[in-house]
Amino acid sequence: MELLGYYNYWVFAVVLCLGLYTVITRNNLIKKLLGLSIFQSAVFLLYITMDKVDGGTAPIIQKGVSDPIFSNPLPQVLILTAIVVGVSTTALGLAIVVRIKESYGSIEEDDILARDSEL
Amino acid sequence: MNLNEHLAALQIVVPLLAVPLIALLQLRRMAWLVATLTSLMAFAIAVAMTVGVLNGQDYQYFMGNWQPPYGIELRVDALSALLLLVITAASSAALLASYHSLDTQIEPRRHALFYAAWILALAGLSGIAVTADAFNVFVFMEISSLASYVLMAGGPDRRGLPAVFKYLILGTIGATFYLIGVGLIYMMTGTLNLEDMAQRVTQVADQKPVLAAAGFITVGLALKAAMFPLHLWLPNAYTYAPHVVTAFLAACATKVSLYVLLRFDFLVFQDNLVSHPLRFASLLMPMAIFAILIASAVAMFEKNIKRLLAWSSVAQIGYITLGASLVTVSGLTASVLHIFNHALAKGSLFLAVACLAMRLPGLQLRDLAGCARSMPWTFAALVLGGLSLIGVPGTAGFISKWYLISALLTLGAAGVALVAVIVIGSLMAVVYIWRIVEQAYFQAPSNPAAPAAEAPLTLLVVTWVAVLANVYFGLQPALPLALSSSAAAALMGATP
Repeated sequence: MELLGYYNYWVFAVVLCLGLYTVITRNNLIKKLLGLSIFQSAVFLLYITMDKVDGGTAPIIQKGVSDPIFSNPLPQVLILTAIVVGVSTTALGLAIVVRIKESYGSIEEDDILARDSEL
Repeated sequence: MNLNEHLAALQIVVPLLAVPLIALLQLRRMAWLVATLTSLMAFAIAVAMTVGVLNGQDYQYFMGNWQPPYGIELRVDALSALLLLVITAASSAALLASYHSLDTQIEPRRHALFYAAWILALAGLSGIAVTADAFNVFVFMEISSLASYVLMAGGPDRRGLPAVFKYLILGTIGATFYLIGVGLIYMMTGTLNLEDMAQRVTQVADQKPVLAAAGFITVGLALKAAMFPLHLWLPNAYTYAPHVVTAFLAACATKVSLYVLLRFDFLVFQDNLVSHPLRFASLLMPMAIFAILIASAVAMFEKNIKRLLAWSSVAQIGYITLGASLVTVSGLTASVLHIFNHALAKGSLFLAVACLAMRLPGLQLRDLAGCARSMPWTFAALVLGGLSLIGVPGTAGFISKWYLISALLTLGAAGVALVAVIVIGSLMAVVYIWRIVEQAYFQAPSNPAAPAAEAPLTLLVVTWVAVLANVYFGLQPALPLALSSSAAAALMGATP
């Protein structure tokens, strides 16, 4: 079953779509941000899964092991950076939601649009 | 130590080092001073590198002396030099203008943090232009985007907050798409260095993942660059941001994403994927045509000047992508030239709007009624900037439209139809600029008893310097022309 052999990529694709769907359909700003986080996590999975080598260990030189197989450390390093970016994006997004709540009294997108059109 | 070799790294390091310093400064005037000096220093570095590039020097810098493809390489050629000039000049001009303009918009105690975010955005944007590493581009893109969300959310109008939230969501989706694309290419080629990637992509047996990567990267960057129909975040985000922030980001933020798109596409994909030029053109060209026609039409009926100019930005991005979609040297020259010239025109127009906002109660068109009599200098600047946006001979806007039209005319009948699109777009620009002129010059003042006074002198001087740059580069286009034609030749260089 070649298709099932790529199951980790299927997980990536499904989680990605779930996140994007949440961002698009939810009306609540916090839920939108949650969707965005899920969407970004899917990409983390893509990077983590691509560096895995069958039987690979951590890329550390050990005594007595002459020809070790190890997983590629670079994508892990890259995605660590991307995780940091994701965390700061979520934090900033939440900060903006707090300010929206302070000035509009609501975090539902419909309410916010309605309140602006009242003016 | 030869300073010249390190200029590419200094372009990022100088602003990054200044950020914590500015954030710690309690006195807002000091924060402003340090931020402005940093920005001017970045401008000086960009000028020095431009001079070097024009003399045939190619700036290469290996971070930590790790040789590429393993280390991160910084590289400045004609295209990045042109972008750096635009970014640093826009930042410096807008910062000088912010001395007066910001006081009315942001509480004094938050000024220092605001300027720190500004310089962070400057560092991020310059980083994108300098680096030659695909993942590094993502990191700098997120640095600049996060900082610019902060800048845009600083405005006094509460409607700015939902607008920034939308920009944050869409900008993050765009950047994540780019990240997926880079990941897919890395899986197939095992490299992140753009130059190295271009060589290895040809050896990839299965092109499908690379094709998917091209799709993700193009759409992600199109979202960041507000290419029609992915522009929805732009009008409101620009309208409610503090005026100087709009002047800064309108001049360079979307252009930088376009720069990444051009660089990635022409360096990595164009020559190496089967029938890629056709696919690229058939995606970009319709989007460009719709952008020019629809966004200009919306701008004609817009009542708020800032939103009017923001819609016009969406249309102008259409001109830039139209040139690129031709996949010829002349088309790319026009496209890169328009990046420069549109930044000049839109930057000076938004600076003029910042002048208006100092003295007028609102920025709706009716608020302008008859104000040209009491603010002659501000409105003269607005009109000259508008002429450059339309593309009247003698201004910078004319030069790039001229090159775009002559690139299109080499295509034969289809080219003539596209020229018609450009002419219609420019005529619509005449209409929306004229609506401002009509209100300001030909209507009776709404409040004749207390006419609005001229804007503060420093603000006015900065605006006029920007406007005169439009006229100067309209009459003496040698500098941007040399940079953009050598950039276009380098981008197309891979294609024999």
